[in-house]
Amino acid sequence: MKKIQGIGASRGIAIGPAHIFAQEDLKFSAQVVADPETEWHRMRTALQTAQMQLKEISTHAAEQLNHQESAIFEAHLQMLEDPELQAALQSDILQERKNAESALIENTERYAAQLEALDDAYFRARAADIRDVARRCLRILLGKPQPDLTLHQPSILVARDLTPSDTVLLDKSRLLGFCTAEGGSTSHTAILAKALGIPAVVGAGEAVLSITANDRLILDAHHGTVLVEPDEETLQHFARAQNAERDRAAQERTHATEPAITQDGHQVEVVANVGRLDDAHHAVELGAEGIGLLRTEFLYLDRQTAPDEEEQYRAYKAIFEVMGTRPVVIRTLDVGGDKELPYIDLGREENPFLGWRAIRMCLDNPEFFKTQLRAILRAAVGHDIRIMFPMIATVSEVRKARALLEEARAELQHAAQAFGEQIQIGIMVEIPSAALMADALAKEVDFFSIGTNDLTQYTLAVERTNKRVAHLSNALDPAVLRLIARVIEEGHKAGIWVGMCGELAGDGRAIPLLLGLELDEFSMAPSLIPHAKALIRACDMDTCRKIAQTALNLPGYADVESFLTASVSAS
Amino acid sequence: MPELIFTIKNKVGLHARPASLFVREAVKFQSNITVLHGEKQANAKSILNVLALGVNQGAQITLRAEGPDAELALQALQTLIETNFGEAE
Repeated sequence: MKKIQGIGASRGIAIGPAHIFAQEDLKFSAQVVADPETEWHRMRTALQTAQMQLKEISTHAAEQLNHQESAIFEAHLQMLEDPELQAALQSDILQERKNAESALIENTERYAAQLEALDDAYFRARAADIRDVARRCLRILLGKPQPDLTLHQPSILVARDLTPSDTVLLDKSRLLGFCTAEGGSTSHTAILAKALGIPAVVGAGEAVLSITANDRLILDAHHGTVLVEPDEETLQHFARAQNAERDRAAQERTHATEPAITQDGHQVEVVANVGRLDDAHHAVELGAEGIGLLRTEFLYLDRQTAPDEEEQYRAYKAIFEVMGTRPVVIRTLDVGGDKELPYIDLGREENPFLGWRAIRMCLDNPEFFKTQLRAILRAAVGHDIRIMFPMIATVSEVRKARALLEEARAELQHAAQAFGEQIQIGIMVEIPSAALMADALAKEVDFFSIGTNDLTQYTLAVERTNKRVAHLSNALDPAVLRLIARVIEEGHKAGIWVGMCGELAGDGRAIPLLLGLELDEFSMAPSLIPHAKALIRACDMDTCRKIAQTALNLPGYADVESFLTASVSAS
Repeated sequence: MPELIFTIKNKVGLHARPASLFVREAVKFQSNITVLHGEKQANAKSILNVLALGVNQGAQITLRAEGPDAELALQALQTLIETNFGEAE
């Protein structure tokens, strides 16, 4: 039995055979060919075969992916049909008598190098697309199969890492779990695993690549470990643990719609993070008492023109109706230079996370912003709606945003349109300056919701998506915890409620700690709600307060993690 | 030989989807169409060539067409660029 340590990117245990998704070495030698005509025919046939494969993929992709993602395949197809590339291949093979493999790689590499030389990251990234297409053709020329992402039996997928285009072809119905050599807890694979609700261990290093097809694996996402070819005893142990987990999950599901009240009678609100209508249905089924974060980006991305007021009104209304009278915290548009909105020039920024994004962009585009505010206000009639502004750094931003909200109200009034009257206004606290100014900000709003993902990134100066530093980012870092404690305390002093909609709120280890800090509202992915409620019910506030005080005074996140794990096993 | 000068205004320049749409339009015509950007020039029907121009937002490009449907080709590409590539989907 071999044990490999990685990062647990989602919860759960998976047991099953390995399915290897390898990026193999495609070796060939440059040759002078005796019969260039036949070689050119071979080249053309390979290009046609690649075209057929891509057409099949893009049809498949269109059903599953958004426009931007399926457009990748469209571009790949155009590269195969490219007249300049074809002319260069033809002349290299017919005149220079090069073999198809070397003509293909030399020419595609030349283009890739040209793109890599451009000083714009968007263009440089296209070099990877050219190489992707070239590898596809090369495999055909070499008679090698294209990477197989069809699972013939329920399996655990083992790979170096997965790209969005890989996951399109992946047969999710037979997927038991993921195990990758690269990637962190925010990688594409990790996000996919969370969305599918299956266990994943990522960033487990080169050792993962020594796993061979059909090796029996145990994936323990709780501890981030992969066990290869376990002995019978270990296998039995994990099979029992897996069963117990399933039973517990089923049990938690049956109590999901009951309230979350601690042993000593302290009740908190457990609500859902929702990104679209489907999520709202799902959230209600899993016991969400409301929505703690309604992301509105889904309406704005992947389209050529901005959604108008009417379209937004209908989309919000549909979600509010699913929630009925349950509270809904709706966050105004939160995008920046790391996203693409064809109808607003967000520009390309060196540091999009520190740039012109979210409320900053909205305040500079008042008409655009007020369209969203009017749609929300109108849809709010008959519901308990709370509006939340993201990326607030200063008191003056809140005042400006509120002023625009007042304008939006006045405009509706003037147009004799009905709108919701009793609407709470709050801010997302995700910038350290906002946490430090919580006392002043609390006087301006009706609630705070702490966004731990960005708060962690900004407090520790760690870019979440940068692989090399991602391991330094941990919401359990005492620096982040102290800011959270301060925000809750200052909020309560001013008499407003404080929630949390970052990933930490749904992290089982952190729940006693957050209860101890007197957090009022926990907002998380719907799938996490039943378990979170069960954990809250098992807590008592005295113990939680002690846990919180100790954690705040530990020196680092590793200390906090081991302390929290120890206090769970002690209770 | 008909020739038109444009400024590329969409956000990302001639990259990814806009480049795809541009080439998809160009291949509909028989004429030879050339894109000139600074000192570089490209066959408008070649996605690899067009991408390699590295046309950023705000860049100025010249289109030149030669052949039986040259005028029509330039008109079609002009419409595409002036509507910020927004027509398809």
